[in-house]
Formats: sequence, structure tokens, C-alpha cells
Amino acid sequence: MSVDIGAALQGIHAALPAAKVAMRTNPGPSNQHSLLVGNESLVDVLRFLRDHLDFDLLSNVSGVDWPDPAKADAVAVFGEGEETAREHGFLEVVYHLYSTSRRVGPLVLRARSADRGENACVPSVVSVFRSAEFQEREIFDLYGVIFTGHPDLRRILMWDEFVDHPMRKDYVAPDDYEYEPTPHDDVLVKAKRHYPAES
Amino acid sequence: MAIDPQLAADLKSQGVHVTSFEQLINWGRSSSLWPLQFGLACCAIEMIAATMAKYDMARFGAEVFRPSPRQADLMIVAGTVTKKMAPQVVRLYNQMAEPKYVIAMGACAISGGPFKDGYNVLKGIDRFIPVDVVIPGCPPRPEALLEGLMTLRDKIAKEKLMGKHRVRHADPNGAASFPVPEYGAHDLEPAVNRDIWNPPAITREGGEA
Repeated sequence: MSVDIGAALQGIHAALPAAKVAMRTNPGPSNQHSLLVGNESLVDVLRFLRDHLDFDLLSNVSGVDWPDPAKADAVAVFGEGEETAREHGFLEVVYHLYSTSRRVGPLVLRARSADRGENACVPSVVSVFRSAEFQEREIFDLYGVIFTGHPDLRRILMWDEFVDHPMRKDYVAPDDYEYEPTPHDDVLVKAKRHYPAES
Repeated sequence: MAIDPQLAADLKSQGVHVTSFEQLINWGRSSSLWPLQFGLACCAIEMIAATMAKYDMARFGAEVFRPSPRQADLMIVAGTVTKKMAPQVVRLYNQMAEPKYVIAMGACAISGGPFKDGYNVLKGIDRFIPVDVVIPGCPPRPEALLEGLMTLRDKIAKEKLMGKHRVRHADPNGAASFPVPEYGAHDLEPAVNRDIWNPPAITREGGEA
């Protein structure tokens, strides 16, 4: 059953008047709207949803890289850092919450970092949902989101010596192209660089 | 010295079995290949199925999957070898006792398969250890694994243990272990072992420069 996101938003506003939460509508066929949550109130909002609206399952935490903020929807990073995010892009973390007792979900929450560099910080929600621990480590590994307050923030998929974050849009993998029988598009460009054509 | 097959057949009909130590040793080795028990991805499911009652790899003496590399003769690389996993696979190969054989099972173990362009996928385990039999497929059916096993048995049965063309493990100068790659900043170091992996130079067909 789909979740009544408007009621959830009203509940959050009533219980946490200081929390910065805004609805982001999705005009696509899925019609799945989400709540954009300010970083400073993210943990409080999740705790409220868990304790008072029975969202007991954090099913999924995922990362999104937005190097070009113009492609993201109307950029609204709350508080300070809004201007840098508008210029330099940002990283987004998406949370999918379900309520197993009320059988509703998913409730989609989004949090955004101030930029993609040193301030790519989002508060960790491990204190509310333990299931976020490994998923936040994975996002840290592949996207480079620094989860402040995470108990054990280190790489989980790549090896420890690895630098960079491979799922970022601007990641350049080592050029170890090998023979392809039918190169085309990007692969053809690489093939031209690596293998001469028959004369 | 080769035995005249006609003479051997005549003697056999009289109840005398003539063979050579080479044939006897190769027969023993090929008839009880004990694989190392590890799987890396979905190919491992097919490998498990090949050991179960319906396909029953035990018919060919290869059902005893060993949890220790010291007791195993055969490494079945079943699945995607990630760059993070590759050093462990090479280390396990080095720990196996001679004679040892490797089957690369499935597209990923051969070439990286559908994940070839991935940032964390090795483009074939033959970059670091010598592969005896490759089994294409994604994943190969259990019958294909059995076919690969039979191919390996045939290969072992024909092994030369002495002379100029003897196999690697019968050669005192043959390599028994291979360098384990280190983790680098973006790739393994070295990314390939050039001592055992040297593909021929390839030109693109009919393309412009």
C-alpha cells in the first residue's frame, strides 16, 4: 500500500516545528513523491517516523551523484552551503522507509550534502536504524559521502588502499582496454587508441 | 618408450596388462581430481549442481571438494573474479600442492564477461595463474562443467612427465607459484603477469585509423 506522504509531512511539522522538511513531487508515472530533509534535522525526523508513525524498517539507503545541479530538481539545500551546492553540485542520500506493522511504504526521504568535496557530509542515521550501518559504508565507499557520527566509517567493497569513489559520475577508471570483437561508440574510441586498424 | 598398441592388445587378451609408469601415474591423477571448495559467483551454483545427484560428478572421481588448498588438485574458478578477490585466488593457487590444474568456468573467469568494463572486475584469471581448461557459458550448464572435467582428464592422460616436452609440474625449472598482485590506488599492481599472459598483437578489421 502506498504511503500517505502528506500526512507524514504534517505529522513531522506538528511534532518537530524546527525541522526543515519539504515535499518534492515526482511528476513521472510512478508518482512517488519524496521528502527533502535538512541535514541538521535528519536524525530527529527519522526517529520521529520510527517512534510515532511506525516506520520500523529502513529498507534501503542509496547514493546519488549530482555533479550538475541544474539537472537535479529545484535545488534546495537547506541552511548554509546552499550557494556552493548550486555551483559545484552535491551528493544526495535517499532513504526508503517501510512500516511493516501498518503495511505501508515506501516513504522516500532525501538528504543532500553541501558539496562534493570536503563538505560532502550527511549525518549518519545508524543511531536510529542499525540497518543503515553497512549501507552508509557502501555509499561512503562508492560515492564519498562522509556520514558524520557513523561508528565505523571505512570502505566495505573496494580495498582499503583504493583512492577515489568509483560510482561518481566523474570517476575515470584505469585505461585497461582489451580487445573487443565488435567495438562501437565509446568502446570504438578506446579500440582506436589501443589497436591500429588493418592497412 | 611407447608400447606397440597391437602388442599390448594381444597381451591383454592373454591376461597380461602392459603399461608404463607415465600412463599409470596419469591414470591415477586424472581419475581422482579433488577440486578446491570455493565459488565466486553464480557459476558456483552450477558447479554445486554438478556435484549433486542428478549430474553426479562423483562418477568421475571429482566429488571430494576439499576445504583446504593443501589437499586439492583442481581449482575451479567459478564466477566473477573481482580485483579485490584476485590476490586471494592467486594465493590459494600458490598454496595448492603439485600437480595442480585450473578450470576457468564461465565468461567472467575467462574474460570478465558482462562485467568486463567494470572498475573492480578482473578481465580473466589467466592474467595471474595458468589455466588448463576454459568453459564458456554464462553460466555454463553442469553438463558443460562435466565436459570441461573430461577435457582436463584427457589432457592429464596425455601429459609427458619426462623429456623435453614434459609438463610444468614435472619440470624442475617450472614455476610452482606465481606472484600475488598487490592492491594499488586504482588497480592491481601489476595489473597482469606478463610472464604468463602475453596476448598476440591485434589489429582492427577494416576500420579507419
